[in-house]
Amino acid sequence: MIDFDDDQLELQAMVRGFANEVVDPAAYEADRTKTLPMEVVRQMGEMGLFGLPFPEEYGGQGGTYVELCLAIEELARVDQSIAVTLEAGVGLGAMPIFRSGTEEQKQQWLPRLTSGEALAGFGLTEAEAGSDAGATRTTARLEGGEWVIDGSKQFITNSGTPITELVTVTAVTGRDESGKAELSAILVPTGTPGFTVEPAYDKVGWHASDTHPLTFQGARVPEANLLGERGRGFANFIQTLDEGRVAFAALGTGAAQGCLDESIAYAKSRKVFGRPIGANQHIAFTLARMEARVHQARLATYDAAFRLVAGKPFKKQASIAKMVASEAAMDNARDATQIFGGYGFMNEYRVARHYRDSKVIEIGEGTTEVQLMIIARELGFS
Amino acid sequence: MRIIVLIKHVPDTWEERVLDPVTGRLDRSASERVVDEITERALEAALALKDRDKSIEVVALTMGPSESTGAIKKALSMGADSGIHLVDDALAGADAMTTAATLAAALRDAGADLIIAGNESTDGRGGVIPAMLAEHLGLPALTFVSELSIDGGRVRGERATETATSVVSAPLPAIVSITEGMPEPRFPSFKGIMGAKKKPVASHPLADLEPALAGSRSSASSVVLTCEQRPGRTGADPIVDEGDAGTKLAGWLIERRLAEQRLV
Ligand SMILES: Cc1cc2nc3c(=O)[nH]c(=O)nc-3n(C[C@H](O)[C@H](O)[C@H](O)COP(=O)(O)OP(=O)(O)OC[C@H]3O[C@@H](n4cnc5c(N)ncnc54)[C@H](O)[C@@H]3O)c2cc1C
Repeated sequence: MIDFDDDQLELQAMVRGFANEVVDPAAYEADRTKTLPMEVVRQMGEMGLFGLPFPEEYGGQGGTYVELCLAIEELARVDQSIAVTLEAGVGLGAMPIFRSGTEEQKQQWLPRLTSGEALAGFGLTEAEAGSDAGATRTTARLEGGEWVIDGSKQFITNSGTPITELVTVTAVTGRDESGKAELSAILVPTGTPGFTVEPAYDKVGWHASDTHPLTFQGARVPEANLLGERGRGFANFIQTLDEGRVAFAALGTGAAQGCLDESIAYAKSRKVFGRPIGANQHIAFTLARMEARVHQARLATYDAAFRLVAGKPFKKQASIAKMVASEAAMDNARDATQIFGGYGFMNEYRVARHYRDSKVIEIGEGTTEVQLMIIARELGFS
Repeated sequence: MRIIVLIKHVPDTWEERVLDPVTGRLDRSASERVVDEITERALEAALALKDRDKSIEVVALTMGPSESTGAIKKALSMGADSGIHLVDDALAGADAMTTAATLAAALRDAGADLIIAGNESTDGRGGVIPAMLAEHLGLPALTFVSELSIDGGRVRGERATETATSVVSAPLPAIVSITEGMPEPRFPSFKGIMGAKKKPVASHPLADLEPALAGSRSSASSVVLTCEQRPGRTGADPIVDEGDAGTKLAGWLIERRLAEQRLV
């Protein structure tokens, strides 16, 4: 059983109201025009959603990852693009700075990120370094007290919104005697000469979420922009990704729940052959299976989240949650679309958007195969 | 400066409302209770003034059964500084006159520079409380405003009519009732939700305020004397369109004297 306290339940109810009243009505148009609805993002900032798991001294709300997951789940029910904007904004944008930043870096960046006035991206993936992040090619060399960055990044969320102020990039900052790359993370403010945010991708789903390739051609930032220790880039982002997976699992859970809610309502109201389609056992059983998937996804998600917050090991649980929840989302989206018939293929319908959007939950923040690798490793197989 | 906002816990507007066949009153337990949207807007108006001038104190006042603490808590999470809850069994079923007298007693007791209320609640829909309060307290009332500001000891509002917009103003203290034209209420933040627990809420039984009112079931108006559930639809006689539905419909209306036949 998941035991949320009163404050958490109230937050959940509040975000649910916001999702229904503000996010949902804007979702279709945002998806159609492939634009992040900045007015919705602004209101999320005002509500403190981007500050949920951060302490008040950095402008945060003083909550934990559990509250963040609750908020992401509620948003993902109606609009995955908005949910991932929050998930990436917090998990990939602000969290690495909070976890690894110096006091000065935290003071400089966090208040604007936690209030939602600004967004940050995290650039790890490259054309030839996705699942194998160790294969990173982007380089950064120290020259006259500055890092000079060359290379490119792929698929970077929140990197080109009107309020994006920086991207944390991983780069090779040296090699040891055996030639093994030393990876570090560096803060690169938007507008740094030599740093270009390329035009947005033409994606299958998550249309309103902002995703760009980035190029660096001799981009220079102060030496003090190193995030965390030199050579610790890898260790730092592994921690970031472990945590991020839990939030990503919440997104999958919300999406799976959204598909179920829509399908239940439709199965009761849509009449075919003179009776509601839900009166057919096949449809009712499909709904029952969808419910079971959501239940599994939610239990796995909050088990990982409560472990994370309690300071217990959560790596395996995070990977399980990420895998189970992303599959629940994809499977429920497919079933929901089927239940909706032709309407399920029309973009105005939420289930159609979930159908296009859910696939990437099985890919981003580590593919299902990568989660299986992590779980297997925890079982002693590598 | 202290602003007191009148808030009300009501059955959810989106659900169907039913009358209790025994008491003839609205069955307030039949649906989920929420803070009345119009009173949330009234609170938003007060909080917007507070955003501009941090020295403003915002107090949420409600009269209602013990569950109505939920309404106060919501107001505190949104940003009100404190709450006052008037709760007394004797107030169950209070009509507008009793309600106004009780609220006036509480407002006199608390003291306010500005009182903001919604123009009418979504459950009772009397729309008379703000004016009654103004009478009780001897305050100027700006009713039905859709824009609100305070400046130099005066409150100013705009009241839209069908033909023009009147600009109304009054010296403080005053009472204002607002319409749906005011901005939508903000959503509380998580910090607000957690902070709400630490904010003071005064809970007054009636006898504290106005002994004369206590226990007297002093509602002067009567409510519905009898009511019954609407019977299910029967005897429907569908008109099938065989190219002559218009004529059939007209015939149906004429038969029931709902329309007149004219020969042209
Ligand atoms: C919309 C979107 C947003 C994103 N946002 C970000 C972001 O903000 N920041 C960021 O850094 N990245 C981001 N990514 C990148 C994402 O994390 C990667 O796409 C993902 O990790 C997979 O990497 P890849 O695309 O290079 O696939 P590859 O690594 O090339 O994998 C290809 C396939 O091979 C499988 N595979 C690989 N290795 C193995 C193995 N050993 N065993 C079995 N199967 C294997 C994979 O599971 C996959 O199915 C985003 C991606 C998308 C689509």
